[in-house]
Amino acid sequence: MNEPIIEVNHLSKKFGNFEAVKDVSFTVNKGDVFGFLGPNGAGKSTTIRCLLSLISPNAGSIAIFGKQLASHRSEILNNIGCIIEKPDFYRYLSAEKNLEIFARISGSDSSKKDIQEMLEFVGLDGRGKDKVKGFSHGMKQRLGIAQTLLHKPDLIILDEPTTGLDPQGIIEVRNLILRLKTEQNKTVVLSSHQLSEIEIIANRMVIINKGKSVIEGSVEALVNEQELLLQIELSDPENAIKLIEMEYPALIVKHLYGSTIEIALDKEMVPKINYLLVNKGFEIHSLEPKRKLEDFFMKIIQE
Amino acid sequence: MLLKNTYNEFIKIIAKPRSYIGLGVLTALILVILFAMKADGSSYISFVTASFDQTLSFNGNILNGNLIAFIILQMLIVHIPLLVALVTGDLISGEAAMGTIRMLATKPISRTKIVLSKFIAGAVYTLILTIWLAFLALVVVKWMFGTGDMIVLNSSGLVILQEADIFWRYGCSFIVAYLALLTVSSLSICLSAFAENSIGPIVSTMGIIILFTIIGSLDVTVFDSIKIFLFTTHMASWRSFFEDPISMKDIWQSISILIVHNIVLVSIAVIKFNKKDITS
Repeated sequence: MNEPIIEVNHLSKKFGNFEAVKDVSFTVNKGDVFGFLGPNGAGKSTTIRCLLSLISPNAGSIAIFGKQLASHRSEILNNIGCIIEKPDFYRYLSAEKNLEIFARISGSDSSKKDIQEMLEFVGLDGRGKDKVKGFSHGMKQRLGIAQTLLHKPDLIILDEPTTGLDPQGIIEVRNLILRLKTEQNKTVVLSSHQLSEIEIIANRMVIINKGKSVIEGSVEALVNEQELLLQIELSDPENAIKLIEMEYPALIVKHLYGSTIEIALDKEMVPKINYLLVNKGFEIHSLEPKRKLEDFFMKIIQE
Repeated sequence: MLLKNTYNEFIKIIAKPRSYIGLGVLTALILVILFAMKADGSSYISFVTASFDQTLSFNGNILNGNLIAFIILQMLIVHIPLLVALVTGDLISGEAAMGTIRMLATKPISRTKIVLSKFIAGAVYTLILTIWLAFLALVVVKWMFGTGDMIVLNSSGLVILQEADIFWRYGCSFIVAYLALLTVSSLSICLSAFAENSIGPIVSTMGIIILFTIIGSLDVTVFDSIKIFLFTTHMASWRSFFEDPISMKDIWQSISILIVHNIVLVSIAVIKFNKKDITS
């Protein structure tokens, strides 16, 4: 049975006359890697800041670990690790000193050994004595994850953790998040507008747009609601299109590029199309079903 | 948690280069004054004693360490608030500018304790600055210029204090001077809670001190009723210990007003910081 870790109900926040978040509700269960999706300015950061008591909501309720955030703030934050947008540190202090400072007020008595182990975990071993002002953005991001995990929280909230990172940095952070789930069984809330990131990492998600939660559910189930796009690379694509259109007039087939065609169809139709083409002597070089979160996201956002 | 974060605040203050500017500037200013006094102190003191030449005869070393310490304190008490605000004005707003305020405010420490730990750290820094001033003014100056009886020119006239009667007066005056500087520290921390950068609170603190000092020095009846409540009016209260007789009533009044200022300013900072949406 799913155990809810975060329950957000009808959350709203106004800045002056601007309503940044309007009636957002969602639930994060224990062990989830929960994707928090939305275009820029959708209200993701405002909602996450409300979860961490950086911003006071105007309406609605937030319960974390079964307790109301408004009345159990310290108790709840004791068990949360987070990075908001980019982890900022005291540049004039070393990485170790920064971790010591944040660990001291995170309610943990982290020893020098714990700090060394955590630096090793995020791949910063040997850089602990260096001042943070000399760190690259990727190194700061990894140090941010070390800071997040040092007090061994059960819930980790990461707001745009890959912003500004190069491709290698994105892969490193993504792998770190996956290790948190697989090796440490943490619950992770991941806010991002990088759809591929959410698709790879998250098992559940909510999409918010214009301050409202639009849809919530399992990533796989939501993506599978989408129509399948089958891309086939084959010999003689023009004649293949004619053949498919003649046999299955209801299908929409188009020449994508080079020798690749694309067909929008149901999953059950894939073997039939494959059989038809092979039977008529077409050489199939590749056959790839495409069903992307990106398409689903765009559909939801445009509705 | 309050003590743990106060310890963190000390680590940050110690590591920041700007924390040493105050101590360095203070030392440099005192060295300049000492050089000036060593080089041409006699003409400086004759300017003060000239009006009494007809009625009084001064014997011995008038330009001694006790008098120079008084001159230093009188000259620098105007400038030290800037050195205090340079560090304390950055305590909250500097975190906002650096982005670390997000990290700090998502930890299981209450915002009230964050402000209080910064106030305590600021108070200790101000105390160190005051003790350094006292060390330079009393120990170094006396070592260079020797000791002796002290003459002080007050609005009521010339006061001559016996050498044995001076040390405790300095002790008390430094305590009151510290309280005045602590009020400056509280003011800049309070302004810091409203700002997102360090420059604003530092400049605003000095602006308020200049404004209040001007109001206090204007001889206009419309300001008479508020002068007593301005903390700048009481920043020179340390001088009262060099009067004879000492007006303890005035001193206690100044102490009370400065303490009330500290409480009110820190309370405003706590309320503001608790209500603040951290969006940076």
